[in-house]
Amino acid sequence: MSQDTAKRDRPWLMRTYSGHSSAQASNQLYRTNLSRGQTGLSVAFDLPTQTGYDSDHPLARGEVGKVGVPINHIGDMEALFDQIPLDQMNTSMTINATAPWLLALYVAVAERQGVDPSTLQGTTQNDVLKEYLSRGTYIYPPAPSVRLTTDLIAYTVANIPKWNPTNVCSYHLQEAGATPTQELAYALSTAIAILDAVKASGQVSQDCFHDVFGRISFFVNAGIRFVEETCKLRAFGRMWDELAQQRYGIENPKQRRFRYGVQVNSLGLTESQPENNVQRIVLEMLAVTLSKSSRARAIQLPAWNEALGLPRPWDQQWALRMQQVLALETDLLEYGDLFEGSHVVERKVQELISGAREEMSRVESQGGLVACIETGYVKSELVRSHTLRMRNIESGELQIIGVNCFQETAESPLTAGEESGIMKVDKKAEEEQIASLRSFRLNREHSRVEQALELLRTAATNGNNIMPPSIECARAGVTTGEWSEVLREVFGEYRAPTGIDITPLSESESEALVIVRERVRNTGKELGRPLRLLIGKPGLDGHSNGAEQIAVKARDAGFEIVYEGIRLTPAQIARAAQEEGVHLIGLSILSGSHMELIDDIFIELKNIGAADIPVVIGGIIPEEDAEHLLQNGLKAVFTPKDMDMNSIMDAMVTIIRQAHGLETST
Amino acid sequence: MQQANFKTSVDLAAAVSEGDRAALAAALNLLDDQRASVRSKAAELLAQLQLTQEFPDKHLVGITGPPGAGKSTLCAALISVWRKRGLRVGVLAVDPSSPISGGAFLGDRLRMQTSYEDDGVFVRSLSSRGQFGGLSAEVWPMSVVMLAGFDIVLIETVGVGQREADIARLCDTTCYVAQPGSGDSVQFLKAGILEVPHILVVNKEDMGDVARRTLAELRAALNREHPDGDWEVPVLPTSATKNAGVETLADVIHQHHNTLKAQQKLVPRRRRYQTYWIHKRLQEEFGSFGIEQLGGEQLLLTQLEENEVDLLQHYESLRVHLNKS
Repeated sequence: MSQDTAKRDRPWLMRTYSGHSSAQASNQLYRTNLSRGQTGLSVAFDLPTQTGYDSDHPLARGEVGKVGVPINHIGDMEALFDQIPLDQMNTSMTINATAPWLLALYVAVAERQGVDPSTLQGTTQNDVLKEYLSRGTYIYPPAPSVRLTTDLIAYTVANIPKWNPTNVCSYHLQEAGATPTQELAYALSTAIAILDAVKASGQVSQDCFHDVFGRISFFVNAGIRFVEETCKLRAFGRMWDELAQQRYGIENPKQRRFRYGVQVNSLGLTESQPENNVQRIVLEMLAVTLSKSSRARAIQLPAWNEALGLPRPWDQQWALRMQQVLALETDLLEYGDLFEGSHVVERKVQELISGAREEMSRVESQGGLVACIETGYVKSELVRSHTLRMRNIESGELQIIGVNCFQETAESPLTAGEESGIMKVDKKAEEEQIASLRSFRLNREHSRVEQALELLRTAATNGNNIMPPSIECARAGVTTGEWSEVLREVFGEYRAPTGIDITPLSESESEALVIVRERVRNTGKELGRPLRLLIGKPGLDGHSNGAEQIAVKARDAGFEIVYEGIRLTPAQIARAAQEEGVHLIGLSILSGSHMELIDDIFIELKNIGAADIPVVIGGIIPEEDAEHLLQNGLKAVFTPKDMDMNSIMDAMVTIIRQAHGLETST
Repeated sequence: MQQANFKTSVDLAAAVSEGDRAALAAALNLLDDQRASVRSKAAELLAQLQLTQEFPDKHLVGITGPPGAGKSTLCAALISVWRKRGLRVGVLAVDPSSPISGGAFLGDRLRMQTSYEDDGVFVRSLSSRGQFGGLSAEVWPMSVVMLAGFDIVLIETVGVGQREADIARLCDTTCYVAQPGSGDSVQFLKAGILEVPHILVVNKEDMGDVARRTLAELRAALNREHPDGDWEVPVLPTSATKNAGVETLADVIHQHHNTLKAQQKLVPRRRRYQTYWIHKRLQEEFGSFGIEQLGGEQLLLTQLEENEVDLLQHYESLRVHLNKS
């Protein structure tokens, strides 16, 4: 037994992506998770924190503490890590546009704990480029965003050598529809863009550049096609090594290693028969662990019920236990690489590599990834891939158990309980957070805050590294909103291309589509003009894949579409609907803030005399909330269960017809 | 929809002239409506608006050019300059629609808004709805309605060819935005495919040498005197993203407006253009047969041009006449 243990590889870092309500509540959760054998922390921040707003900002309404923890200032950060010694912790922070700020707070908390910041270990995601393509928590235009990323990298390589300053994310590319080839190509192109920017910034001397390279890590997705996913990771490793040697001349093999963490696929998790997600998650975990030479360094698993709402502690514990069983009970970690010498695997790896190389040179010839984000090229490619995937699900070519086949099911005891199997964020969390923020603001040294913000502004303007003044801001009691606002003033704000303007796919000409298109056309004729649909994403939630797919489908069904991308206020949406004379408003909300946002939109519509425009919503909406919303005048709720988009189109036409008295509701 | 709140066309016209956003939205919906039963109401509304005044101090500005030239961003930058100068801006943005489904993605509204809740900007997008040869006939009455409510009405279209001819017959001032590095604009100008605009803009000045070359080529290719006379066509560099040259462009657009007014050309030209659109709209509604019933195209145009008092009333009476016959 002891011999076996000696031979075994060390297990990967086991984390659970979590955080909610408040710093105190999240701290409780973290300490519970650590006591159950979790070996690292993965902090989820709420959307206001991720997009640089304080909890009391109007845009933060309904979002505080929903998808993560709200962190407004050093007091919150200190509470988050209360009794968790930072010198013994490995903390991963999913933070991008405001990454320098959250790292600054982390450093300042370490100082308060008496921990030497240079010993800190962990990861800041710090990959803003993918935010423009998926997820959507960017703030500034690409150029200053890359500069902030670069500053953080240069700072940690010099001052916090064990920190992983950036996690290049292919994860969210897959969520946005990327094929394995696209994932490889765009993630590696992102890494190139960042490395080249660090080089060009002149902040790192020539002979230290290999240290920068060695600190770049990746955050990868593993989907259900787990054999292909294993091959993808082998391809990643090989391409990264090649890039290291050929483009950057890195000699040390250790620094050339493809280091990555994983969150397995959330896109493929289903709302119907959610218990099936357990098997999906386990199989996906195999993809990133089976082969020793391309095994993940850190894994976090989603909970089985993510598509329903916020997971409870027990759901998270279950996800952690899956990892523990695989790492500690099975014999997986006793063997070398299982696929070495497999012709089948090798052939697939080669195929992926050559496809990815082709796409990478297309990106390069168009000026690199940043340019391809600005022109919308990459986004459109992703929307196209995702559209294809959705069409294949619709046609049944792609089988999803419980969704487009084997739908019949016995009643599940898992979701039958009083809370329907999800956690509810305490409604008072937002109020309490705002109250504590306001009292924090009153009790700080104002002159020091002003001075620190001035230092920050100077550095932002003259190009000095942003980290030292950010750390001073953290110590001085600056808030997240204040830090971000100074940079907004210097850098400006950005709206990324939506990518939806793709040419219709010939695959999309299904019979069902032709039928619904006829109905759209005829209803338009009856109403005197073509049917118009406004698709709105209110609030801070940037997960726009659903909205984009609906937009593309509705265009193909003959609607005229107004879609302005993410992060709109209810007032903007109401006004746009009126100005554009739309027949229907379709909202997409995944952050859990639907109750507040829908209320606000109804109020705005009423204020401007446009309350007669019908409104529907799509997103992760618990049943109880759906009923409530429908009673309040919402016309329909679509959830991930409604996979057939032609039926959604048809339902929308019916709602328009009813609103205009062409049909009576039954 | 919403027009129910405004009982008569007189009420609606009055509210539109006061800049009431709900009224304007309702009026635009009305003008967009293709149902025969609604067309009369639309014509009534137009006739009402014309009664009030001719709006010589208001300005219809067209921005056109090939895709990718940065028109939306330039429009946004212009709007922001105009807003700073206290001018209210209405925008009509025309986008292409799919010939198969009829569906379309509309507009770049957000880029055109200076602030989230600015009452001084109103954007309505339109799809081209199969009018490959030019602008659909709704654009004209919509521009008239917008003119009643705003100081400047900006019409943005994509394309080269017939559509520009249409936009030139709609706007007081037409700006053509050329794409740096593409020789197309120069070729089109030389070949006469491109109707000479009042102002030529080379956007994306920040592209450096490429932009400078295009600027020089356009200047060389252009016969600087506009065919309308008394206006020398300027070729201006701008960078909408860097906000450079936009103030100057706004000044020149304003200058052209003043020139038209000083030369007493503005109102007569608008009237001339209106006859073109009235003819186009009548043709769309009643077909060639209808035009024949009115005595044929030539006679119709002459009659419309001779009517110096109430052109839009005239339009309505023609419709009533045709509906009776």
